[in-house]
Amino acid sequence: MSLLDVRDLSVVFQRRGERPFTAVDKVSFTVEPGQTVGLVGESGCGKSVTSLAIMGLLPKRGNKVTGEVLFEGTDLLKLRPDDMRDRRGRDIGMIFQDPLSSLNPVIPIGVQVAEVLERHQGRERKQALREARELLDAVGIPDPDRRLKEYPHQISGGMRQRALIAIALACKPRLLIADEPTTALDVTIQAQILTLLKQLVDDTGTALIMITHDLGVVAGLCDTVNVLYGGKVVERARRHELFGQPRHPYTHGLLNSVPRLDSIRGERLHAIRGSVADNIPWTEGCAFAPRCDNVVDACLEGPPPLEPTATGGDLRCNNPVSEEVAVP
Amino acid sequence: MTEPTTQAGTPAPRRKDERPDRGNVTRLGDRKKARLEELAQASAGKGGVSLLRDALRRLRRNPAAIVGATIIALFVLVAIFAPLIAPHDPVQRFDELTSRLSADTIPGPSDGFPLGSDELGRDLLSRLIYGSRQTLFVGVFATLIGLAIGVLLGAIAGAFGGWVDNILMRVTDVMLALPALLLAITLVALASRSSQWTVILAVAIVNVPVFARLLRGSMLAQRESDHVLAARALGVKKRSIVLRHMLPNAMTAVIVQATLTLSVAIIEAASLSFLGLGDPDRDRAEWGAMLGDAGVRYFEVRPELAYYPALAIIVVALGFTLLGEAMREALDPKNRR
Repeated sequence: MSLLDVRDLSVVFQRRGERPFTAVDKVSFTVEPGQTVGLVGESGCGKSVTSLAIMGLLPKRGNKVTGEVLFEGTDLLKLRPDDMRDRRGRDIGMIFQDPLSSLNPVIPIGVQVAEVLERHQGRERKQALREARELLDAVGIPDPDRRLKEYPHQISGGMRQRALIAIALACKPRLLIADEPTTALDVTIQAQILTLLKQLVDDTGTALIMITHDLGVVAGLCDTVNVLYGGKVVERARRHELFGQPRHPYTHGLLNSVPRLDSIRGERLHAIRGSVADNIPWTEGCAFAPRCDNVVDACLEGPPPLEPTATGGDLRCNNPVSEEVAVP
Repeated sequence: MTEPTTQAGTPAPRRKDERPDRGNVTRLGDRKKARLEELAQASAGKGGVSLLRDALRRLRRNPAAIVGATIIALFVLVAIFAPLIAPHDPVQRFDELTSRLSADTIPGPSDGFPLGSDELGRDLLSRLIYGSRQTLFVGVFATLIGLAIGVLLGAIAGAFGGWVDNILMRVTDVMLALPALLLAITLVALASRSSQWTVILAVAIVNVPVFARLLRGSMLAQRESDHVLAARALGVKKRSIVLRHMLPNAMTAVIVQATLTLSVAIIEAASLSFLGLGDPDRDRAEWGAMLGDAGVRYFEVRPELAYYPALAIIVVALGFTLLGEAMREALDPKNRR
């Protein structure tokens, strides 16, 4: 049994008097124990909403979540709020994008780490603080005794993200969702944080869902990658296949638009035409069609189905990039 | 911070782990290490600098804060040590003063009575000094009670939202729609027998909606904040989220408002006394009542009877306002670091 099995997850935002907006459209994917799965796509493709829906953290009103989120066979969407609350932080941890605003500014770091231990493991404050010290040490925060007493604004961005990772992993969850964990950090720190995440995930056997728009992160970390576009999975492949032979024109375009050091001087950067605003609704065709170089008539007649590929992945495209085209 | 001993030119103090037979490079490395350790030690003792201490540091650099704090400190000291400072009993009518009282004269400063007499032959200075007690008492209690009720209502509204929020906020709307003093007068008039507590309660209730609105607003802002989302993602219980994550972060504005409200409360209490709605005990020295009873009636005869209590009220209210404004600046998270 998969650790996490997301089946036909849809999130529709509906405000009174406005047209409903489908942020996540029948997304399905699985996460095996210990596996690292990437959710990749540009802004607005539904990555973060997917993660919030899995965690049950979407606002109660104004949206409709359908489908199934099976965590070890239990549908998280059907759990009572109290039961879901018990699972958050214990079974599933989460790391957010902005480490400064994700920490409570008026509580010392140590207490924030200890809080989750007290909540889920029933530790006493003293014992929890001792464990918090070890956790901070484990995520590579120097001088943890001192950091325990410090407030979030007193430590650096990299250290804050380490502290958040320590909090997320405090109860040894079986699944960790990292929502763009390196976006707010500068490049040198990004590498450190990714290395740390990889090491911790390997050490503890925690499965990881990595949500990112940074293909470099995917390349370094993920076993399987789901490429999202307009709220749907458009391509799913193992890392090696995805980077070696991207089949969907969108994935191909994404990889092509990564600047390269060995490109010819003066050559323009490749970019995908248009923007997400050009999307057409999936009901009328392929959402990516208006921006696609490979567009054929079928693309505008209806949504292409997600079909398995020869290499063991899935692809939603009528006219995929041929396998011979070599990229990166 | 301790002076680093490893300055250019002076060799680093020999340490246990230093190996003297190594070359220049190592010694330089060792020196650097020693320096680093010293620096680490120097700053290690501090631990976390609390937000409060951070704000205090900034307050000390603000002249307005210092002026305000000085005024308040003097005011509080005078109030506490009134019996020691005041030259006379504020209630006693002195024969040497009453004998000189008439319809168109009130004796001015004389030996033993630095500010002269009031309209009943009591020592004006002593009454002014004792009046500070009354002002402090009423101001502080009115603010504290208003703060307590306001925080309770605001926290409930902000934490629950929905119809609870709606009802509470409509009530505060009604209260805010009435001018504060008018509302206070109405409340005092409702009481069957006026005392200083009716004044305190009236002023407190008038200030409740201010605190409630303020706290509710920042609670709502907190509810949307990333760290509350992060706390929810950790499965923290709702009670704990409200009390530990939302409330402390939302309180800053309320605490600042409390300082500013102190000055408003003092003025409102004085206004009520001025209008004769305060404590009916005429012997009790109270600035507002002094202003109203004698100041107005005998303004032609001796305007000082009005000037002194008015000045006292203004200066004290100014003190609290200055400190409140300075606190708002100091605690503003945008100024942090």
